Formats: sequence, C-alpha cells, structure tokens
Amino acid sequence: MDSNTRNQVLSAVRSQLPATQIDYPEIPDFPKKITALLPAFEERIIDAGGSIYKPGSLKSAQFLLNQQFPEAKVICSASSDIQGNRDIHSVINPHELADVDVGVIRARFGVAENGMVWLTQEDLVVNALGFLSQHLVILLTPTELVADMYDAYLKVSLEDTAYGCFMMGPSATADIGAVLVHGAQGARSLSVYLV
Amino acid sequence: MKIGLFIPCYIDGFFPEAGIATLELLEHFGIEVGYPLTQTCCGHPMANEGDQLHSAAENFKSFEYIIGPAGSCVKYIKMLLDAIPQTNEVAQVQPRTNELIEFLHDILKVESFPWKNIGTDPNNYDPHYLNEAMRENARKKFLSADAGMTGVNFALAETGTFVVCPNEGNAGIGASVPPLHIVSMGIEKLIPEVTDLSIFISLLSRSALGTLATRYTSHFTGPRPGSEMHIIITDNGRSRRLRLNDFWHSLKGIRCGACMNTYPVYRRSGGLAYGATNSGPIGVIPDPTFDESKYSELPYHSTCGSCTDVCPVKIDISDQILKWRKVMAEKKYLPISRRLAFGTIGKVFEHPGLFRSAETATGSALRFTPHFLLYNRALNPGGRHRELPSFAKQTFRERYLQYKAKDHGQ
Repeated sequence: MDSNTRNQVLSAVRSQLPATQIDYPEIPDFPKKITALLPAFEERIIDAGGSIYKPGSLKSAQFLLNQQFPEAKVICSASSDIQGNRDIHSVINPHELADVDVGVIRARFGVAENGMVWLTQEDLVVNALGFLSQHLVILLTPTELVADMYDAYLKVSLEDTAYGCFMMGPSATADIGAVLVHGAQGARSLSVYLV
Repeated sequence: MKIGLFIPCYIDGFFPEAGIATLELLEHFGIEVGYPLTQTCCGHPMANEGDQLHSAAENFKSFEYIIGPAGSCVKYIKMLLDAIPQTNEVAQVQPRTNELIEFLHDILKVESFPWKNIGTDPNNYDPHYLNEAMRENARKKFLSADAGMTGVNFALAETGTFVVCPNEGNAGIGASVPPLHIVSMGIEKLIPEVTDLSIFISLLSRSALGTLATRYTSHFTGPRPGSEMHIIITDNGRSRRLRLNDFWHSLKGIRCGACMNTYPVYRRSGGLAYGATNSGPIGVIPDPTFDESKYSELPYHSTCGSCTDVCPVKIDISDQILKWRKVMAEKKYLPISRRLAFGTIGKVFEHPGLFRSAETATGSALRFTPHFLLYNRALNPGGRHRELPSFAKQTFRERYLQYKAKDHGQ
C-alpha cells in the first residue's frame, strides 16, 4: 500500500466513485429581486444588528467617529481615510491589538441581499483588527454594492489574497437560552459609514 | 463533620474518577471523609442475595452522614434497605444517607464553588450578563494560545481556499491571533469552483439559524504573514461510503442542521440520544457505515419524512433511513431478538460472587470474564447495544489508597 496518506485518500476516492455519473450542475440565472441596492443594504445591516451612518465627507466621518465613541482610548484605523491613535502599520504581533476599542476598516464592497461587507487581508492590514476590536467602523463607498451572493463571488478574487471575509453585523451568539446576544467573541457593534 | 464516602460498585470499577472527584470536592469544604474499605455496593444488583447488611449497614454505622455520588444507589439504600433486620444501626443508616448534590445543596447549603467558577453571580441567568462573563474569560485564553484550531465549512478546488462560517467570532480570533492555525476538514467539504460557493453560502445559514448568512464567512487561501497554517484532510470512512449506491448521497450534507431542527427527538433531547458523533436524521445514514452492528438500532428512529422536506441539498434522508432498515433486517439485527435475550443477562447480575471475586482479584479477571458472559452473541444479542464501559485500569479503592498515601504520607 502507498505509504503517502495523501495518495491513499485520493486512490480510495478514485476507486470508489459512485456508479452513476452526474453532470456538473449549472447554476441557473436567478432573477434579480433587488432593484434599489442601497436601501436594501441599509435594511439588512440593521437586521443584522449593525448601524448605518451617512457622513457627508471624510472630515465629518472623523467627527462622527469621535462623537460615537467618546470613551474610546485606542482607535486603530486600517484606512488612510480616518485617523486613529494606534498605527496599524507598526504592529508586528497581532496581540498588540488586544486593547483596541474601535477598529476602522474600509470595505471593498457590500452585498445588498444580506448586509455583508467584503474585507481582505490588505484592507485589514492585520487580520486580528477585525476580530479583537471591541467595536468596528466599516467605511464603504455607497455605490460599491452588489445585489446578491452570485454577484458577490464574481467580484472577489480569492487567489489574490490569503484572507478575505464577508462580515455581516457584529459578532453574535444565541447559545445561552436561545437569546440573541451581540458581542460574543468578536466585535460588540458594527457601524457602517457610507462615505 | 465526619462523613462516610459511599462509592457504589459501578463507580468503583468503571468510573473511579467520579469517586476521586467526590472525595476531593468534599475535602475542599473541610469535611473529614472516611472511606470504609470493606464496602461493596448499595445492594441493588445483589438484592436477591441479601448482602445489604455488610454493604451498607455495617460499614457506615459510625458516620454522621453517608454520601454517595450516585442517585440510584443512594435511593436504593434510603428506600429499600429493609430486607435485613431493622436494628438501631440499620435504621440510622437510611436517613443519614444522601446523594452528593442533595447533601451539598440541602445540608451543607453550598452557595458557590469559587475555585471553579469564572466569577459570575450564580443567581443571575441573564444571557447578556453570562455572555459578557464568557467573553472576558475566553478572551484571555485566546490571547495566550499558541495555536488556534478551526474546522471547515467548504473548500474550493479552483483556488485552494477553505471557508469557515462562524457567528461568534471565535474562529476569527483563533485564526488571526496565535502564530499557528491548524485546520481540520473532511474530504467531502471540497466543492469545485468559487461560483459554487454563492449557492452554498446562501443555503447554509438560512437552513441552520434562519439568518441570511453567518456573521463571518472567512476565506483562507494561505497563512497570514508571519504565521503557519496546517490543514488536516480526513477520509475516515467517507470514501468507503462513496461506493454505497444507496447511501453516498449523505456526503452532500453541508452540516446546516435543518434536519435536526425539524426532528422532534433531536429538538427535545439533543444529539446525545444518538450515541454517535454524527447526530440527527442525517447522522443516521453515515453512522452505520462506521459500525453497522453498533448503530444497527439507529435506522429505527425516524420516518416522518420532514428531514427530507427541509434538506437544502436535497438528500433523501428518510428514504436512506428506510434503506438502512432493510439492510439491518436482512442481517437480522431486529429489535425483537434483543428483547428475548434479556433473561440471560439477568442471571449474571444475580451472582454477586462473580462480580466481587473478579474485582478483588485485581479486577483483571473482570476485563475478560463477564464480557464473554455478557456479550456472547448467542446468549445475548442485546449486549451489543448495551455494552458496559470498559473496566478502569485502577478501581476507586486502589486510587483512594494511593491518594491517601500521597496526601497524608501514610
């Protein structure tokens, strides 16, 4: 027997394939139900326990951030659009982000049907920013929206990034008494700034 | 307060850890614990032989309380220690005997176990409050971990990506904070192309929680800079199942849990009722492929068809379960033959001498003898499904003596 376990698994699968061959299924062209992307996206963000803000400019976004989190001691921004007080580019070890109160990340695009935003390793700079921050502020250009997951997966290019995440609202659990609680292990809140 | 520790035969032989834990717990509360070495058991298995005088009364007459970590054995003494002459000593044993938890709660009036809890108020059941305590407690562990482990929901052949879909964010922290990420996936998680994901991500959480998606849908196509990633891909019988014309469809499962949520038994009693890792209606299909004999009962569980109706990947679960029934029936794993055999197993338990002598002869004999007697297929097909756990390497009695020698230098 081949001592390479990889080959063992592969040959076991090859020799035991089902007798009936099935054609590779084609994904049907599902009718698009959402026509106005932005209102749908905003609604889904709120459903997911997130919140939506529409600052008119980056300057007002910065003002809004300080107003929304007056108690925040550590604000770490992975986007040059917003100023924080912790430089993410000088972070060597992800543990250095354990005390971040607010993390700011610019998303590539949003998905109208479910309120997801797409973040890659390049947007996060340090992936842990998306998970260790107590609160997240996601910057999103309001025109950068797709209707659904079919369009969303046409837009991502997984080969080009080691890590990419569709994030939908703050972290959540219903493990205790089947009651929905936000802020399980990840972010306690997620605000989308449309700017 | 001096209490007598009552460790029933079953715990002595099969679950000595439960006995040691009971002893440690009681000593934690500053109680002087005595363990009469000549005790045997509550007398229940040997009721017909009438050894209750020694097993309970003689050994425990001098204690203020008699505490045991086994509800049924304690109840037997409290309610049924009446087959022997009711001397003063015997009469005192009954009311003084208490089950461990009953004793801690009703008599010792223990309010909390401060060395074991994470600092929560035991009377506060608010999920938000408890979640916060869990979050604080878990975060320290995440931050001090040297490695994070995740499973896989889907893996893509096209790009070499694997996808993890959690809600809590624990997988995100586990993958993004420690320097090492270990990933474990079964071979059936593999799907061909990125566009296929759009279907599966749309199906997964809708069929699981009824939400549009999980909070996080993380795509890993390599380790993050400065970290290591190792992926373990397991077959574990899946390729074998692929060959089974009737049952390979179960490999299409995406582990959403829709069939479990719709199945009343699972909803009421959870997955443990299945006695196997894969639970719920979908679990009934793969489980017998691991051990046809051990799980031959499972296909008799579910037939209403609701599981097939709700399955998002169109697995004909209830039809496959029916097919397993046919297999089991042809191989004569029928429930009726088990019922007929119960008379035989009773005979063995009626002879305490076998149990006691085997046990005191260092226990090794029991590892072989009763198994042959109990699980002889001709005598008792029922044993196949109700096999006792394996006999512990050391009995509680043996471990108790070591514990005392170590702690008190005796």
